[in-house]
Order: sequence, then C-alpha cells, then structure tokens
Amino acid sequence: MAGTRWYWPLVWAALAFRLFLVPFADNLNLGSRPEVATPLTSLRRLAEGYWLKQSSLSPYTGSMYHGSPLLLIILGPLTVKRIESQPAHLYCSLIFVLVDFFTAMLIRAIGEKLMLTNCNNLKLLKPSKLVESFGGVDAADIASLIYLWNPFTVVTCLGSCTSPIDNLMVVLAIYGACSRIVPLAAFGWVMATHFSLYPGILVIPVLLLLGYGPDAPPPKLFPQKHSNGDGSLVHVFSWGPILQFSLWVVIWSCYVLLLSSISLKGFDGLYDMLKKTLGFILTVEDLSPNIGVLWYFFAEVFEFFRGFFLIVFHVNILFMVCPLAIRLMHRPCFLAFVYITISATLKSYPSVGDAALYLSLLGLFANELAEMKFSFFLFCGYIGVSLLSPVMHNLWIWRGTGNANFYFATGLAYACLQTVLVVESVSTMLNHDRKLKKELKKT
Amino acid sequence: MTKLRRRFNPTVFLLIIFFFNSVLRPALALVEGGEGLEEEFTEELLLKPLPDRKVLAHFHFQSSAPPSIANGRHHRLFPKAIAQLARKFQIRELELSFTQGRWNYERWGGFDPMSAANAKPPGVELWAAFDLPLNEIDHTWKNLTHALSGLFCASINFLESSAAYSAPSWGFHSNSSKLRYGALPREAVCTENLTPWLKLLPCRDKTGIALLLNRPSIYRSHYHSQRLRLIASEFTGIILEQALTVVLQPTMRSNSLASSGYGFLQPSWSISSLFGKEVVGQCVLAKTSRIFFELEKDLAFKVDKLQPLSSWNTSAFELSGIPNSNIRELNAVKNLGSSVLYVFEVSNSNDHIPLDVGIRWKIPLVWSCPHAPFHMNRYLMGSGNERGSIAISLRSTHLHERFSKASDGCAVHAVIFQVVPWYVKVYYHTLHIFLDGKTQIISDVVRKMKISPSEDKLSPGSMELLLRFPCNIQSATLTLDFDKGFLHIDEYPPDANQGFDIPSALVTFPDFNCSRSYQLDDSIHYKSPLLSKFQEGNPVQTYTEVLLVPLTTPDFSMPYNVITFTCTVLALYFGSMLNVLRRRAGEEERLERTKASEKPGLIPLLLSKLSSKLKIKGKEPESSPSLSTSSSILGPKLLTKVMLVGLLAVIWNYYLKNG
Repeated sequence: MAGTRWYWPLVWAALAFRLFLVPFADNLNLGSRPEVATPLTSLRRLAEGYWLKQSSLSPYTGSMYHGSPLLLIILGPLTVKRIESQPAHLYCSLIFVLVDFFTAMLIRAIGEKLMLTNCNNLKLLKPSKLVESFGGVDAADIASLIYLWNPFTVVTCLGSCTSPIDNLMVVLAIYGACSRIVPLAAFGWVMATHFSLYPGILVIPVLLLLGYGPDAPPPKLFPQKHSNGDGSLVHVFSWGPILQFSLWVVIWSCYVLLLSSISLKGFDGLYDMLKKTLGFILTVEDLSPNIGVLWYFFAEVFEFFRGFFLIVFHVNILFMVCPLAIRLMHRPCFLAFVYITISATLKSYPSVGDAALYLSLLGLFANELAEMKFSFFLFCGYIGVSLLSPVMHNLWIWRGTGNANFYFATGLAYACLQTVLVVESVSTMLNHDRKLKKELKKT
Repeated sequence: MTKLRRRFNPTVFLLIIFFFNSVLRPALALVEGGEGLEEEFTEELLLKPLPDRKVLAHFHFQSSAPPSIANGRHHRLFPKAIAQLARKFQIRELELSFTQGRWNYERWGGFDPMSAANAKPPGVELWAAFDLPLNEIDHTWKNLTHALSGLFCASINFLESSAAYSAPSWGFHSNSSKLRYGALPREAVCTENLTPWLKLLPCRDKTGIALLLNRPSIYRSHYHSQRLRLIASEFTGIILEQALTVVLQPTMRSNSLASSGYGFLQPSWSISSLFGKEVVGQCVLAKTSRIFFELEKDLAFKVDKLQPLSSWNTSAFELSGIPNSNIRELNAVKNLGSSVLYVFEVSNSNDHIPLDVGIRWKIPLVWSCPHAPFHMNRYLMGSGNERGSIAISLRSTHLHERFSKASDGCAVHAVIFQVVPWYVKVYYHTLHIFLDGKTQIISDVVRKMKISPSEDKLSPGSMELLLRFPCNIQSATLTLDFDKGFLHIDEYPPDANQGFDIPSALVTFPDFNCSRSYQLDDSIHYKSPLLSKFQEGNPVQTYTEVLLVPLTTPDFSMPYNVITFTCTVLALYFGSMLNVLRRRAGEEERLERTKASEKPGLIPLLLSKLSSKLKIKGKEPESSPSLSTSSSILGPKLLTKVMLVGLLAVIWNYYLKNG
C-alpha cells in the first residue's frame, strides 16, 4: 500500500517538526492556552507543586497542583533545570516528544492487531469476498500518522502539559488488552485512572478485550456460517485473563498508592491527595475557561443547584456505559474509542489533548467507518471551532471587546461536534455490522 | 440651701471634712485607682508643615483603664463598648484603621515615628492578637469583625470569611501565632465611621481638641486616617489610643502667592484657617491637653542657619500664638540638625482667649523629609485578563551612607509581607529577584521565607520574606507571576468591571528604628503619651500601593440561557445516542423502505402510500422479504380506516355546510 512506503519518513518528519518547534515553545505561549493546558495537566502548576514540595510544604497546599505525586517525582526535577536562552520546560518537551512517538507506535500496534483479527474473522466468514470488503486503507498507519500529525497533538506536545502522558497510559491499557499482556493492560488502566479518573470507565472495554479478543463482527454471524467448523473458537469468553487482570489491578493500584504515600510522607498524605486530585475533578472547582461547557455552566448556575448538576453531568457519562457495552460488546476497541470520546466531551477540564487521542483512535476504524455521514461537516466543524475558539478567547480575555458568551458558543459548538461525531460513528459502526450480516445472508 | 448652710455648725462641718480626709479619701482612691492608677484621658494635637506646602495635623487621644475590678464593669472615662470588646474577645492587641488617600512617603516622610506608626494603607485595615487557645482564634476573629462592624458602621464583617484574612507568623508583627490580619482596600471611609469613633471620646467633639474635627475640612483632605489601637493586658489594664491623621492643603492667601527671591513662599496657615474653628478650652475630663507644633529636622536646620532657633518669632517664620515651651530633639548626628517642638497648653485658653496656633512664613524655604532606606513601589505587569505579574520595586534613598559609612559587608534587611486574595493565583516558584537589574539566585537574597499559597475560595495567599540586600544597591525588584481566577457570578461585586483590589504589601526595615529622644525640661515633666510614643519608636515600615486587578467577567444576565443551552447539548447527546443504540435492524429496513418511496407533500405521500399498499397487495405472492407480510396484514385494515376517516370528514363537512 501507498501508506507503508511513506510511513516512516512521515513519522520522522513529525518528530523533526516537533523538535524544530520545541525551542520556540516559550514564544508560542501554548502552556497558558486554555485549550491546551487545563488546571489538571498544566506543567506550570506542576512546577509550582514541585517548588512547594522542595520548600517542605505539601505540593497540594493551596489550590495550584492537582496532578499525581508520581508525575511530580518524574517531571518535577526537569522543570527546575534550565539552560540559558532556552525555553523553561525544554527537557519536559523533549520527553513529551518521545512520549508522543511511543503513543503513535502503540496505536500502530493496536491497529495491526485489529487488522489481523479482522482478516482472520473475514476469512472465517467468507473467504471468497475477502478482498473487496477489506480493500480499504492501512488503518494502523493512518491512525498513528493522524496521532503524529494532528495539530492538536503537536500543540499538546509543545504546550507543556502532561496530557501526552495521560494519553500514553490510555493507549498502553488498550494495547496491553489487545495483545493480552495482562500486567501491561492493568498498569495502563491503573495509571490512566490515577492521572485523570475518567479512563476508569475503560475497564469494560479492557475486560472485553481480554475476554473476547479484539474487535470482530457480531457473534451472531459466526454460528450461522460455521456451526460445524472451527468458527466456535472465536467467541468464547475466557475468564482466565480477567482474573489475572483484576489481580494485577490490585497489585498496581496498591503499588501506586504506596509510591504516592511515600512521596507525600510527612504531609497530609493520601486523603489530601485524593481530595485535591479526584475531588478537584469531580467538583469542578476551577472555573477558568476551557473548551468544554461545564466551566461556564458552573460559573453561572445558581449555587443551590450546583450539587444537582454536578451529579447530572457526571452520571451522564456513566449512563451510556452500559447500553454501549451491550450493543458494542463484539467491538471492544471501538467501545473504548466511544468511551474516550464521551468522556472528552463531558469531562470537567477537557483539552485538545483528549481530542488528539480519540481522533487518532478514530483512524483505527477508517475501513469500518468509511461510510460515515457528516464527515465533511465534522471536518469543517473541527477546523472552524479550532480557529474561532482562540479568536473568541482573545476578544474576550485580551482585548475586552468580546463577551464570554462568544467563547462559550464555540465551546457549545465543539460539544455538539463531538456529540455528532460519536453518535454518527456508533451508528455507522452498527450499520456496518448490519451490512455485513446482509451480505452474509445474500451469499 | 443658703439658710441651711448658714445654720450649720462650723465644728460639724470641720468634722465632716476631717472624716472625708481621713477615712473616705483613701478608700475612694483604692476604689478608683486599683493600684494607685486612675482612668486617664489625654488629648493632643500635633501640627507640622510639610515640604509640599501641605500641613499635617495629627490628633492623638488616649484613654486608659487600670486593670482593677473594683469598679466592676463601670468606667468613668473609658468607653464601655471598647472595654467590653476587649474583655469578651480576650484581645491582647488590636488595631483598626480607616484611611482615605495614600501617604506620600517621598514628600511627607518615611523615617519618622509619625509615618511609621500612622501611615496606613487605604481602606480598612484590622489586625488583632488574641489571648486565647489557638483553635478558638478564628471563631473569635469572626465575632470580633461583626462587633467592630456594628460599632463603626463599616463593612468590616467582610473580613469574616476565611478567604479575607490571613495569619501572618513573623512578617507582619513580632512572632505571634495568635494574630490575624485582614484588610479591605475598597472600603470607603466617611463621616459615618468618624462619628462612632468620636463617640468613644469622653467629650466627644463638643469641647477640647476634638472640637476641631470639622467634617468638611477632614474629608476634603489629601489623606486622612483614623486609627484605633487597643492594648490590653492584666498588668497595665486597657489602653485605647485613638489617632486621626490628616494632611490638609491650607487655603492660599493672595499675598503668600508672591514669589520672593527663589521659589514660592510657603502658605501661611492657622488652626482656624485649616479647620474653620479655634480651640476654646480643653476637654475638662482630659488630664493633659496640648498642641504641638513641630518643625522638621531639615527645616529646623535651615532656620537655625539663619538665626539660632529658640524663640517663636524668627527671621524665617512667626508663630501666631506664644508657645508655652519648646523641646529640642536630641540627635546623635549633630550636623544634621534636630527637630523642634513648640508646646501650647490648651488649658490656658477659653472662650475669650481662643488658641489659634498657626504660622506665617517670612521667607521661602525648601526642605525635605527624612526618607526610609528604600522607596517602595508595587505595580502590575502584563496585559489582558488571563495572567500578569506583580512587581515590588525598592529604590534606594542612600540612607545607609549616612548611618554606616560604606563598608563592604554592610547589609540592609527588609521584611516583605504581602497578602493576595485567592482569585489572584500566584505562582511562587516564579519569584525572581533583580538587584540593579541583574537576576539573583533566590537563596542569596532571601534569608527567610514563609509562604502559604491561596486555597480557592478558602484562604488568601500570604507571603513573608526576609530579604538581605547589600547596602550599595540602587534598586531591587521582586516579580511574581500570577494567573487571574474566574469567579462564580455571585462572587462578583456589583461593579465587577471596576476590578479587584490587592491589599497593600507591608515592607518593614527591622534595622532601622525611628525613635526620637527629646530633652524634656522640667516644665513638661508630666507625661505626654504622644511624645512617649515618639520616644518608643517603631521599626521603619512602608505600605505599598493598592493594586487594582481587572478580572474577566462572565455575562451576568445569562444564567438561564447558559443552563438551557448546556442542557440542550446534553439532551442532544443523550437522546441521539440512545436513539442510535435502540434502533433495530428490522425497523431500520422498514424505515428505509418508506423513505425510498417518500415524496414531498402530504397528499402525494398519502397517495403513494395507498398505491404502494395496493401494489403490495397485488404482488404479494412474488414479494419475498418477510417485512412485506406484516405490511400486507396491516394493509386492508389501514385502508378501511383511512377510508372511514375520509368518509367521516366528508359527512362532517357536508353537515357543517348545511348547518
């Protein structure tokens, strides 16, 4: 395929592009953009937390730092090291370039796993028509190239925020589950949940992946075709990996908590950490603008409704978990993508880093979602919002000529776009399965 | 009465007097004074011409109550409200100041007891130290703010919330963990705050020096600060110190405008021209009542050069009253001159001989005030409503050159105490210190540092820094980056677009103490609280400017719109997602079928439906899809229904027309 020949040059070019931009990171001032760095992921706040810790205060005193104490250990010392006439967070940016590379490679690996299983499944279903239904593009390469060349990812990587690491952990969990490396999957999931809480719902796709294996057409189709063949081996839920996974989850979370408590020794300890990280995510204390809608909502909503709406917004994420899991049980990777998109829409401090992740995961299903409706509209919408949102922010915050509503309107439009994207992709995926079924019936 | 008295036996009268003398008086004295102390009240006024053609008037009233419990809860002179306050809240020390305007440290002096103790930041500043266990202090502070708020008709109760006050440990005052500090820079100070303050004086503003406190002239002033300071302990009792400092611009008389020689003549003024009133006798309850007229060190030195300063009428100026005495400051550095105080006793005046202290200048004189070792400025940097930085700059006034003659190891210490409200989110790791424009390593300059970062909506951030500079620096600058917070709409004040105030930072120079020693001659051997205050001295301290931080505002009129829009987006997500998930394959195909045959318009649609039904009916044997069977079952029924409805409509129409 054409993609493979150009793949590696494009990867190196993406990395070179990042390295080329790293020295200008300070001038671009991405670290304080509301689209890029949220209170949770901002590296500036991490540096403040590290400084507080160095001056023998708990990093969670005050309400500056809300990240994990483990990130403080890893990235903290790097925030202090400076080279004359170089951007403040040079070392961290270099690390993020590496992290981005790893993430892209993992996404490619996931894609290859998916293609392999897809190939096998289609062979099982209809060996004759293999080529014409599978005649799409190399989705793995596409997805990883999307991740590397997506402007959102580039901006996130240079913008000195920790979301590349969050993304890596999420991808690691999916990769581990796809390739049935249970400790890795458990590690990725535990770390991702520890960093930003929302990936917690990914436990369902990860379990499904471990139980059933990667995405496949609906299980109903298989018995029809291969009731007496070797098709039965495809969909048997295996409990072994699940048990292993839960064991590893317990081990890793104990380990993470232990490390956190060691690094916070002498301060208020774990309770304070949980309050300042998870509590901060759940109560939406920081009302500074971001690309989501919750900040403005909670800045405006009447105080006595606050608790109610907090529950509503967070339950909204959880509401869809079960129906989606039932309907998309046979496609756990896609389910993971849908979950990530939903939480990126409804999370309390969204950033373009989340969009970067789910857009590249979307690339993994390029073949299945080829017939998606509104794709051009969505493409234009994303471009429009990502151009208009900084303009409106500038008008409101810097020039004072605009109004908060203008910026909020772009946030609303962005939320709508994400909604349309996720709904359309789910419906396309279901239609795709239906079409498969129909085609199978025809033959 | 007169008859009675005449009839009185003189011996009996003598006996009674004797009885009083021998028995009752000691008893009374015991009752009144406790350990020989009495409740006292003194009133003093200090007038001082300032170099920039203005006049400083400093009223100082002091009441003290001995620690006796013999009187119970009653006081002869001491204001009961304050005594109750001190007792109820177990206050060790309290200071409350209401200030309007900003003390000009460069022109009005920054290195004298006057500015060190009486220059206060704009708005309200309150600090109190309690004599309570640590866990009760916050609660007591809250109650205290409410009590003071009621007492002084001010919104001091805004200091109640924990986001408004801080607990400095060493940067503000001496080491004390039981001290709370709060400031309201926005508070407007006016006559409703002065009236309750005057009510605490035994004579109010009816007689004595307080009579001069004419509201229009005070509130016209460039700076006025009314202070209340309370010191209570078991040994000394309660001392209440009330001070009001005003900087006034004397009205120019036409002849004083004439320039003679070099420069303009200073404006001549008197008490009556400043306040529109004259002093007519003292408050009868006051133990001492006097007016001081002070000549600045530099001024006295310049006048001295012309003619030795001893009388009230020199070649440079003439005082309008005859001072009772004058006091010279004892100065260590002889060649710099020493300030002079002229003392006027108010007790000598009455309605017929009013006391009108004033000055008439004869020659133009230019002098300067003693400066603090550094001039402080604080300003904001950056633009926009997202982030910025605070800079505190210190400019050297080369004071050290006079004190310690240029040794290399010499150093100046400065303590910076700054409280920042929580919505200004300071990144303390971005603290940069520049000495003469060059970046310094923090640990080289900062000796001691205590930082408590701000907690959103809970506590303000406070920073206490002990800095050590080499003496020979020209300037030092500290910068701190901050992000501006975003508030809930209810947290904005009514005039949100005006911006928010960051309270003044306080810079103390612990190396410098601005005490003054006077050679007190015998004629004023009695105590003067004001002069003893001057003799005690304070470390030199300077308040910086209040900063105005504009914060971004949301749209205040939009809550309903925002709620409905957001909920609509959520509903869109939820509804469409559920719809997609719930769709069944069979229904889908049926829908597709109907869609395929769909045409615009209602009647064509109906017709097409009808025709399709008919067709299906006709072609039933050939059609293979399972769906059509269901529609064929429905077909005749639906047809009959439609026909029935149509028939009904036609009949109804016909009936109506006929009717």
